[in-house]
Amino acid sequence: MPGVPLQHVLLVGLVLFALGLYTVLTRRNAIGILMGIELLLNAANVNYVAFARYSGAPTDGQIFAIFVVMLAAAEAAVGLAIVLGIYRNFESIDVDATHALRH
Amino acid sequence: MLADRDSSLGPMKDLVLYLTDVAGPLRFAPYELVAMVAMLLFGAVVVFGFVLPVAGITSWLERRVWARIQSRVGPNRVGPQGFLQWLADGLKNLMKEDIIPSAADPWLFALAPYLVVIGFVATFAVVPFGDVLVIADLDIGILYITAVTGLVVVGVLMAGWASNNKWSLLGGIRSAAQIVSYEIPAGLSIFPVVLLTGTLSMQEIIRAQGWAPWHWFLFHDPFTFAAFFVFFVAALAEGNRTPFDLPEAESELVAGFCTEYSGMRYLLFFLAEWGNLYVIGAIVTTLFLGGWQVPPVTEHPVALAVFQLATFFAKAYFFVFVAMWVRATLPRVRVDQLMILCWKYMVPIALVNVVGTAIWMVVVPTSLGRVVAIAMTIGGAALVVIFFRRVRFHLRRARLGPADYYYSPFI
Amino acid sequence: MSLSVALFYAFAAFTVISAAGVAFSRNIVYSAFALLGTLFGVAALYVFLGADFVAGAQFLIYIGGVLVLILFAVMLTHRIADGAVSNRAAGGPAALVAVGLVAAVLGRALFKARWPVVDVLADGPTTHAIGDGFLGRYVLPFELASFVLLAVLVGAIVVSRKELRS
Repeated sequence: MPGVPLQHVLLVGLVLFALGLYTVLTRRNAIGILMGIELLLNAANVNYVAFARYSGAPTDGQIFAIFVVMLAAAEAAVGLAIVLGIYRNFESIDVDATHALRH
Repeated sequence: MLADRDSSLGPMKDLVLYLTDVAGPLRFAPYELVAMVAMLLFGAVVVFGFVLPVAGITSWLERRVWARIQSRVGPNRVGPQGFLQWLADGLKNLMKEDIIPSAADPWLFALAPYLVVIGFVATFAVVPFGDVLVIADLDIGILYITAVTGLVVVGVLMAGWASNNKWSLLGGIRSAAQIVSYEIPAGLSIFPVVLLTGTLSMQEIIRAQGWAPWHWFLFHDPFTFAAFFVFFVAALAEGNRTPFDLPEAESELVAGFCTEYSGMRYLLFFLAEWGNLYVIGAIVTTLFLGGWQVPPVTEHPVALAVFQLATFFAKAYFFVFVAMWVRATLPRVRVDQLMILCWKYMVPIALVNVVGTAIWMVVVPTSLGRVVAIAMTIGGAALVVIFFRRVRFHLRRARLGPADYYYSPFI
Repeated sequence: MSLSVALFYAFAAFTVISAAGVAFSRNIVYSAFALLGTLFGVAALYVFLGADFVAGAQFLIYIGGVLVLILFAVMLTHRIADGAVSNRAAGGPAALVAVGLVAAVLGRALFKARWPVVDVLADGPTTHAIGDGFLGRYVLPFELASFVLLAVLVGAIVVSRKELRS
């Protein structure tokens, strides 16, 4: 991207990462936490693609980004299946409600 | 603006270069601004001059064709043969009160129809009309189409949730589940063609075919032939068309996710549905039926462009007609039958098509491939002939008098 | 500032604002729809960064797949009437401090480091190069990824089947 310094693109990734981390740390809702993880993965992906663009050899970084997208989809599928399982057992998707395994 | 802007702008690039040239009429404006405005203008012309009229006329034609199949007359009052019915309906819906239920979520309720319409209109950015007539020949064309269609799912879920009504929510969830499921066989049926051409660009896929049926991917090998049918059925299901129109099953779900909608927003959902029929036809034509390829009869660029446009439109609109025909003929399937059809039959068949095409490309030599293509074309023609003979046979057996049926499309 | 640079910043702002919506919204459904804005904005940023295929994949897989799954989970697991209390957050101030520290460290690294930038205009179709990469240099990770996806497919079905849990 001529005209936009690399730092500004990375800054977008940084802000996305911070917001995702905040979401993961504060949410008590399991689906909310999953959304935070998606934000974190997107932040990483923005960095991958930005580095790819500014390194002069775009292919490798973009392939890494596609791997991340692929695994994010896998993670979401398993994560949401687990969430639905928790909901069926505990009638809630609040992560605080799933203490049964502790005792 | 777009990564491959120079290759994707096509003939418009020359115009923009001329306008922003040192001696051009717009030499003070930056190249990017002119290119963008030109693209937006072309897009606006396509949307208002083509997409909206086609969607509207399809709604009128569907009612006429449907009436004809059911021995009725259909709308024939507004304009000659009722041709202006779609304008009257559109005007009526625009004038209606735009009701947002007090229990609904006003922002999401208002936003949802636009998401659906964006998901549908955005596909026209890469849908070709001719060799040079395309808004943007993106390098990722067919991937782009399958991707932006995903917005429709989100819009439908949004409409279902925002309406705050259990039928709307159930209809929205059903519809989304259906579209997401049928995206898989539809996507897998694109792969054989992508394998054969080695590109995702719509124009390159068309250029890899020829004007003659034996150069079409439909008759390339048995696997692409099967992929064509899988794709068309899956696309009908994605477009919520009968026999897969469960999300709008009136007897079960009122009107599904659009129960609470009225006026213009209601119209937008149906605009997307009717317009989507043309998109389905255009994708099928591009992938399997040689797109705008025409026999070399003329060299004149304007005549050629018109000829190509007419060819492409005729092929694409034929599938719109088939969808109407199917809608008037088949009953609705049950929701479990819908899912069984998708996951137990169409996904495995589509997977076999992908692997089969790959093996075909490696194993079958070019000369044998040509023979197979011609043999399959003859087989296809024979199927059409048998079809018409059966129709004549049944008409005879019904012992209809000359007054009972007529060939003129007008009443 | 050229038009595409201005557009880039506009999309970056859109992405960040909708990500803030995901993080701070009190309603889980609003969070999910704000995530739509973030994913769309990120896809747009990819286009500006010359990664058209990645943008398409992002749109197809994230918006057409992951986001729809999340919306399904949201709509299947809580009653519509609970919208206002569904997205409880806890430990806000402590998390804010922790996130602030991480962001400060990363931000300092970001602006202090000297990045070896090669800003050649390498825009152009990337699909061919990515395809070659997947079946050439990265063929092992590619096959492993397909194996992972198969495992996930089976795992998700096993976890969510009703008769196995009772």
